[in-house]
Amino acid sequence: MSNTSNENLLGFHSKIERNVTLLLVLSLLVVTIGGIVEIAPLFWIQNTIEKVKGMRPYSPLELAGRDIYVREGCYVCHSQMIRPFRDEVERYGHYSLAAESMYDHPFQWGSKRTGPDLARVGGRYSSEWHLEHLKNPRSVVPESIMPPYAFLANNELDAKAIAAHLVANSRVGVPYNDEMIASAADDMMAQATAGADTTALLGRYPKAVAADFDGNPKVTEMDALIAYLQMLGTLVDFSVYEPDKNQR
Amino acid sequence: MAANRKVDKVSGVETTGHTWDGIEELNSPLPRWWLWTFYATIVFAMGYVIAYPALPGLSGATQGLLGWSSRGDIKSEMQLLNQSRAAMRTKISATPIQQVVADADMRQFAVSSGAALYKVNCVQCHGSGAQGSKGFPNLNDDSWLFGGTMEQIQQTIAHGVRSTDDAETRVPPDMPKFGADQMLTAEQIDQVTETVLQLSNQEHDQAKAAAGQQVFVEQCASCHGEAGQGNQEMGAPQLNDAIWLRGNTREDIRAQINSPKLGMMPAWNGRLGEAATKELAVYIHSLGGGQ
Repeated sequence: MSNTSNENLLGFHSKIERNVTLLLVLSLLVVTIGGIVEIAPLFWIQNTIEKVKGMRPYSPLELAGRDIYVREGCYVCHSQMIRPFRDEVERYGHYSLAAESMYDHPFQWGSKRTGPDLARVGGRYSSEWHLEHLKNPRSVVPESIMPPYAFLANNELDAKAIAAHLVANSRVGVPYNDEMIASAADDMMAQATAGADTTALLGRYPKAVAADFDGNPKVTEMDALIAYLQMLGTLVDFSVYEPDKNQR
Repeated sequence: MAANRKVDKVSGVETTGHTWDGIEELNSPLPRWWLWTFYATIVFAMGYVIAYPALPGLSGATQGLLGWSSRGDIKSEMQLLNQSRAAMRTKISATPIQQVVADADMRQFAVSSGAALYKVNCVQCHGSGAQGSKGFPNLNDDSWLFGGTMEQIQQTIAHGVRSTDDAETRVPPDMPKFGADQMLTAEQIDQVTETVLQLSNQEHDQAKAAAGQQVFVEQCASCHGEAGQGNQEMGAPQLNDAIWLRGNTREDIRAQINSPKLGMMPAWNGRLGEAATKELAVYIHSLGGGQ
């Protein structure tokens, strides 16, 4: 660098430093370029979300359970994100796919694991285990430091409110159709009631786990949370998933 | 600008021209080592952008000359891992479980691998010491709901009990809800509870126990046996011992007769594969209660 070009560069910079309007305009320009490069490609989300079979919107009861998961701050101690590392894949199963959280608003990936990852907890334990564990974690896992959530079994769910949750989700892109919204309350009751006819429910939401999870004929927050947990990570059919088409 | 250049007389360094209270601000250049490190990071970043996936585009990010991807990375890592286990796993898969245990190498592999798999997949229900808890069987004792031979244990692990996603799962008959479905009166349940307490040599009411004997023979004995010895074919627990899956108090027993809780265990073949369930069976069998 010659002395003069150095002088010119420094001269230009001192001009920016001394002119507030110029500084603002040029700062905005720099931030805009960064923003376009980082954010704009996300709008072409077919690049991001893998093509998978089996992913479906959450059933009304699962969605209610998910709201409780968020409300109670489960994500503060439990992640839902199996990273593509050997130790995680060995322990939790196939690494998480973007497609598996495409109906999450907001997603529950979490960033801390005081407890284990829950991305594939569905079907790993019996529903009775989840009930005992949520009521008093130390009754089944003496080493656990998780707080008890026994009060969930006392809180009855409001079936009337659930259709509005489906509508809200459909407005941000979750493909709930009119039929799903119209039968939301019925579906929610059917999934948590022993001996209920679940044919229609399973037609709309395949693989949904239906049972009276807490042994209480009323539909409680406990029912909803267990239904949500028992679904986690079970929807995508990995037997037809093509990992080589989704390398990144 | 050049005309206004001022140089500090003491240090010989150019000043910015700012003065405050007679003190002038030096315009010291950055240290050379810092400047060159900074330039080096810029050069490194350019190389990185070329070698690795970096710039997002309309139909995906650039691939990078090295062809590296995090998902390709984990794929080859898991392949390496599976290869290192493949020889032993294939051998164990193809060998009947009795012969796995007879062979020192295979037995050692199976017990170590089974212990590791147990810690990841089984401790939540059966306990870190296989001690179980109320409703979840202890695996150290010699009381088995579905049999304690290695083959029976493997069958239970591989296909589960009342599992909804395994066609070969164990399907024991559901114990009726004698109270909730009004098959027995409250008094009859009271009496048969005493009979069960008597069977297991616990403190009980003699008269009620005798009165409940009739109900026990009619309603309970077909699964639990005349003497309460249990039936592993049906997963019916033994009642004349001191081992209780769901508690041995009067209240526990009455609750279980009134509206029984039914055990469920997931099937593990789908998640872990056949060799792994066999290894787990060898490990569980080695805990002390194996038959």
